[in-house]
Amino acid sequence: MPLNAIELAKLFHDKNPGMTQGHRMCPGCAAPNVVRFALMTAIAKGYEPVVGLATGCLEVSTTIYPYTSWNVPYIHNAFENVAATISGVETAYRALVKKGEIDKDKKYAFFAFGGDGGTYDIGLQSLSGAVERGHKFIYIVYDNEGYMNTGNQRSGATPPGSDTTTAPVGKKLPGKLQLKKNLVEIMAAHENVYVATVSIAEPMDFMKKIEKALEFDGPSFIAAYSPCVRFWRVNDDKSVEVSRLAIETLYWPLYEVERGVYRVTKKITNPKPVAEYIKAQGRFKPLLSRPDAQEIIDELQEYVKMRYERLLALEEVTKDKPIR
Amino acid sequence: MPLKQAITGAEAIAYAMKQINPDVVAAYPITPQTPVVEYFAKYVADGVVDTEMIPVESEHSAMSAVVGAAAAGARAFTATASVGLALMHEVVFIAASLRLPIVMAVANRALSGPINIHCDHSDAMAERDSGWIQLWAENAQEAYDFTVMAYRIAEHPDVRLPVMVNFDGFIISHGVEVVETLDDDVVKNFVGKPIKMYPLLDTSKPVTYGPLDLYDYYFEHKRQQIEAMRHVPRVFKEVAEEFAKISGRKYDLLDEFMVDDAEYIMVALGSTAGTIKHTIKELRAEGKKVGLVKPWVFRPFVKSEFQRVLNARKGVVVLDRSASFGAEAPLYEAVKSALYEVAVRPQMGSYVYGLGGRDITPEHIRQAFEDAFKGNLIADEERYLGLRE
Repeated sequence: MPLNAIELAKLFHDKNPGMTQGHRMCPGCAAPNVVRFALMTAIAKGYEPVVGLATGCLEVSTTIYPYTSWNVPYIHNAFENVAATISGVETAYRALVKKGEIDKDKKYAFFAFGGDGGTYDIGLQSLSGAVERGHKFIYIVYDNEGYMNTGNQRSGATPPGSDTTTAPVGKKLPGKLQLKKNLVEIMAAHENVYVATVSIAEPMDFMKKIEKALEFDGPSFIAAYSPCVRFWRVNDDKSVEVSRLAIETLYWPLYEVERGVYRVTKKITNPKPVAEYIKAQGRFKPLLSRPDAQEIIDELQEYVKMRYERLLALEEVTKDKPIR
Repeated sequence: MPLKQAITGAEAIAYAMKQINPDVVAAYPITPQTPVVEYFAKYVADGVVDTEMIPVESEHSAMSAVVGAAAAGARAFTATASVGLALMHEVVFIAASLRLPIVMAVANRALSGPINIHCDHSDAMAERDSGWIQLWAENAQEAYDFTVMAYRIAEHPDVRLPVMVNFDGFIISHGVEVVETLDDDVVKNFVGKPIKMYPLLDTSKPVTYGPLDLYDYYFEHKRQQIEAMRHVPRVFKEVAEEFAKISGRKYDLLDEFMVDDAEYIMVALGSTAGTIKHTIKELRAEGKKVGLVKPWVFRPFVKSEFQRVLNARKGVVVLDRSASFGAEAPLYEAVKSALYEVAVRPQMGSYVYGLGGRDITPEHIRQAFEDAFKGNLIADEERYLGLRE
């Protein structure tokens, strides 16, 4: 049965959602919500979450020794290897169940969280390997579109025109030149996988997808849009608002791909112009004062429009045609 | 009944692991480690072990996965060589710092570049400060025996450190030798059930592995790691003693060969010790008082043992199968440093040999001993055996 908000609120009124308060994430950061939506769903559905974390904001801010915000089993190994690490944990689980050392009726849910740096870039090989091997785990990238933990450096997830310290807007260059890597499609191409995009602006859609991932017989990859208020240069009460704008402008389409079958979970009939999204964030401000700003915005506008049209078309042609 | 088998070192290690029946093996193939993984994969495919195998996409992920598995409470094993070990490097340190009792077999092979697939010790030497216990085998028998002993040392509550079983690439990994293996039950009883501490999968007692540890605690944790290493000699000796009871083979921190009355002692690691022992017998027949010290345990480096054996000898010749660019070769440096503290310092000489699999012959060993006999050892001169200058 799908979760509903009232039941969840009741359940977690005095029950810990896996990650407690008192951590040192920035006020307004979306990442803790990403974690909580995922873990609350698992706990509400009777799972025991086991969490792996890649090095990043979430990791350094929630486990400063001798404190920890995690009251579920937690392991951090390094930056680029959370998928391999959790694949080891998940395999140990299967081995120990086989030997009767773990109660097989107890439902475990293996989560790996990483930022976009640890996922799109340095951790991609480890992630691809773990998914290809078919471990039953849920990988969640909290995508804040840059190396924010180390102070806003460019990643493969940074959008064009964004001002970062390693691809700054300068006298000659307009910030990052390339479009964002389409990691969701890369992951979907593994075929044996449940892939979805989520946003904290759509919590029920988010949690429904986690539910699906929990029940999916194989690996899942969830891309969570995760505003970094600090380096996107928006007020710390704006992360939900920016998240919503990303959906409404088609910048962050909400969809899922289950064994190759596409489904757009939130249809946008009258998309807002992507310029509205760009103008709402300080990270694009240096770009906007350049003469070529419109060109870059137009390119992005064309891209998000085409990508959305392709998604709708894929939804149509892949209907009832799971690839595996 | 112990069984005499004609097998390679790689098969001997895989066979020991079959008898141990670990929970998780994660490995990536690399020459010359590959047959270890191949033999073990066959055991898995045939259902003779319960092990879950993770065929990872790189050595970095192999070490990462065994870290996850060991933290979860599983007995975990991996194997690698050369650049594979180098690719693991980051996580090798993490495994030790998380105090995870992982066992890894390393088929010692030269590091790139230039790329070379043959034996030297540069791979393991690059990890000598990683916090792993390093055992060094001379032959397939020792590779088998150390694999059987490894978990007992690693999992000991006073230790909780990973163990690297080093065996020379190709020379041991691919050379067929007679290996006396123990009965499955004997190994099983000797190794026992894993001693678990803070298993991640115990959801009733959630633990946080790998927190951010800053200047207020990191140092104390490193100090604990130093302390854990100090317990290894005692634990190793205890385990070796028990192992002698089931196998008749007695191990210690150092393998001391014909040292009692020796005036000149050679120090070397790994398979070359076999050639050295052969040459020593020849030299003894010629009336030369020579001996060999072969560290079975190189990390921890038990200084007092070297001091005990080497004090007041006429000459100590150290053979290194790896170089330390801009510094003394690693084994020589360690032995020389230990001998600073002895009452009567011997003459010392450093000989680098066998890089990239270059053959080492009895003639080379004689040549080094001859230098010692002539009193021609110079402590700060590095010499090379079998090298075209």
